[in-house]
Amino acid sequence: MDLTFDPATDFKWLLAVPLIPLCGYVVQIFFGRFLPRKGDWLLTSGMFVTMLITVWMAFKAIAATQGGETFFHDSWADEGFGFRWLYDTQKGATDPLNVTAGILYDGLGAAMLAVVGIVSFFVHLFSTGYMKGDRRYHIFFANISLFTVAMLGLVLSDNILFLFVFWEIMGLMSYLLIGHFSHDPTSHRIKQAAAACKKAFLTTRVGDTCLFVGIMIFYYHFQTFRFTELWQAAQETVAANGGDYPAWMTAAGLLVFGGTVGKSAQFPLHIWLPDAMEGPTPVSAMIHAATMVAAGVFLLGRCYPLMSPEVLTVVTCFGAVTALFAATIGMTVFDIKGVLAYSTISQLGFMVAGIGTGGLGLVAGLFHMVTHAFFKSCLFLSAGSVIHGCHHEQDMRKMGGLRKKMPLTFLAMLICTLAIAGVPLFAGFYSKDKIIQSAHMKMMTGGLDGAGLFAFVGLLLAAAMTAFYMFRLIFMTFFGEPRDKHVYDHAHESPKPMVISLLVLAFLGMFGGKMWLRDFDLLGGHGTWFEDLTSEISHEHAGHASDAAGSVAEVFSVDRMFPGIALTEMNTYVGDSANQYLASQHTGHTWAMTGSLLVAIGGILLAWFLYVRRKDLPARIAAGFGEVYTTVANKYYVDEVVNATVIKGTMVLALTFKWIDETIVDGVVVGAGKVNRAFGFFWAWFDKTIVDGLVNGVAAVTSTTGSLVRLFQTGRIQQYASLAFGGLLLLFAWIFLA
Amino acid sequence: MGLEAYVVVATVLFGLGVACLITRRNVIYVLMGIEMILNSANINFVAFNRFNGDGMDGRMFAIFVIILAAAEAAVALGIVLNVFQLFGTVKPSDVDLLRE
Repeated sequence: MDLTFDPATDFKWLLAVPLIPLCGYVVQIFFGRFLPRKGDWLLTSGMFVTMLITVWMAFKAIAATQGGETFFHDSWADEGFGFRWLYDTQKGATDPLNVTAGILYDGLGAAMLAVVGIVSFFVHLFSTGYMKGDRRYHIFFANISLFTVAMLGLVLSDNILFLFVFWEIMGLMSYLLIGHFSHDPTSHRIKQAAAACKKAFLTTRVGDTCLFVGIMIFYYHFQTFRFTELWQAAQETVAANGGDYPAWMTAAGLLVFGGTVGKSAQFPLHIWLPDAMEGPTPVSAMIHAATMVAAGVFLLGRCYPLMSPEVLTVVTCFGAVTALFAATIGMTVFDIKGVLAYSTISQLGFMVAGIGTGGLGLVAGLFHMVTHAFFKSCLFLSAGSVIHGCHHEQDMRKMGGLRKKMPLTFLAMLICTLAIAGVPLFAGFYSKDKIIQSAHMKMMTGGLDGAGLFAFVGLLLAAAMTAFYMFRLIFMTFFGEPRDKHVYDHAHESPKPMVISLLVLAFLGMFGGKMWLRDFDLLGGHGTWFEDLTSEISHEHAGHASDAAGSVAEVFSVDRMFPGIALTEMNTYVGDSANQYLASQHTGHTWAMTGSLLVAIGGILLAWFLYVRRKDLPARIAAGFGEVYTTVANKYYVDEVVNATVIKGTMVLALTFKWIDETIVDGVVVGAGKVNRAFGFFWAWFDKTIVDGLVNGVAAVTSTTGSLVRLFQTGRIQQYASLAFGGLLLLFAWIFLA
Repeated sequence: MGLEAYVVVATVLFGLGVACLITRRNVIYVLMGIEMILNSANINFVAFNRFNGDGMDGRMFAIFVIILAAAEAAVALGIVLNVFQLFGTVKPSDVDLLRE
């Protein structure tokens, strides 16, 4: 098979990627209920085709980058292929108000698109089993399909405005999907679902508003939405500013990061994500693995050159805080999906912190997004399988010993738990290891005021906790003797489509990390897949050109993600990473690898000890920690604090405005009404008395005159004749006598 | 016999006609009064033409007046018949709808 990217035809294939599920959505939403099996086969097969295209395209990208070239395709620049929106042909392409949309397909986009395609297909497949018998089965499929369309469009978008459009569609679809059961009158959690979807929508809205303001600030200064032009403009601006990012770019970068905080559930806007578990489990897998939360991380990757070192420091700190914070909560939760929700937040913290450390960390963070998508979707679907098998029981305290009843689910979940815990040879190990290595590198170079140190220590601790709470989940659910006989007796393995989805994703969770290994040369190349897609390691002579005898150094750069942008020159933060790459390959790598290995194994052993060996200990430890444990178990009271400050504050503000509205505004309106009424009465009196009086007076005078004159009008003809002759006589008398 | 005699006769006739016109209670007599007034005028026309004029103007006018009087009498009698049908009376004092 020819694996060269041909812009003339391949952009059309890429356009078909979001269009196939979109057409499916349109058919499904209108006619889904009339189709056989309520139309699930239509969307699932459509997603299968989409997946095939995305994987095929991703192999083209991998083949190109394995050959050492930069894979970067922009449909407008390459082919003039795209969509003109708000376009005035009179003014031409140079007018800043002309907004065009096209496809940007680079290494990062290729990897992400394939991940979204694969995970979405298997979520669709899984849903055909899991959602069976749901009252709004066809609506569920339509919504989850449009959700996928939004993510695919977001990944393909070549400008930040259309990225935002798809971002918002995703926000809406997450609202509808999380609240899926709120429309089901038979659901016993109808109110919780309604509250959860509202919370998710409003919380992410805070981030979305920040993002939009950030986009508009960049547009105001750079007069463009297109990523390639934004990067170029940023480079020029930084160069013109003497190599430093201007303050407004820091502000705008922070606002764009605000979008990530909302969508990717970073502290303090993470509160929507645990509640989003109210949605059906396939939705959780979709939101927390491949789509919604990954969108925030993807945005950071796309906007990376716009971020100043200060922004990246903030990003690192937020990521590390989130990773650590969510991991501690994850250790205390008993809801099987709740554990996974907090582990998602924690892993997103890893990604964001990784991107914040710059350079290698950027690649590592994005790679973690890819591997995480595989194993987390598998974990969620396994949890869904467990919940399905246990007849919608989610409390781990009622499970136990399920490995005999659900061997395949257990296998899939075990593999992915090993992956997320960071055990070598499984996917999560490679990406998490690289993030920690990058944090270590940042720590050694000093970076900016200890953020690297904080990230390194925080992430290591979080990694240890991740291993601990994930194995706590495994031991509580699948090992030991059954805690609740009723649940255990009725547990059963899930139907075929669900199990197949689980096993394929578990396979990817197991071997996805191999994309990083240097000796993984399925396509005959010699590099590593993901690294080659996004970055480049060139061998350069260290030092000056005159120093020809100098040693050959490996120089690492992420230029393949941003071709033509000299990131290392504009951002010292990245420059440090690039120059430290070689050193870290030797020292940092050892440190990070040893550290992450130790914490992973330590966490697993501790979980085994506490939940298999000495089952009486966890309760005693929890009691020993007392207040601390209560605080963590209550999620640090973040929800309560938000309730007390933001929500109560909003309510008080609303009540104040209600009072102002009812008392002052209504008072003015009512007063104006009263004045008008008084005027009305006056004019009514004037009209009735003066105007009508005049008219009536004229009529009365006429009438009176008529009555008087009428006296002479007797109707007697002889009288008239007498008068006439009398008058004649008088006339004669006057003539003759005068 | 001079002009004065004719004028006196005509004046007397006129006075009788007016008296008849004003006083009679039957509309037929009223019409007869009108005829007398018209004929007193005719006497004057003819008399003044005989004594003062040298043409036929006065006599021609008299003939016209006779013709008009005949026509008038025909119309008037028609009206009287209709009035009688409507009001059941020929007293002019009772026919006073015009007052309204």
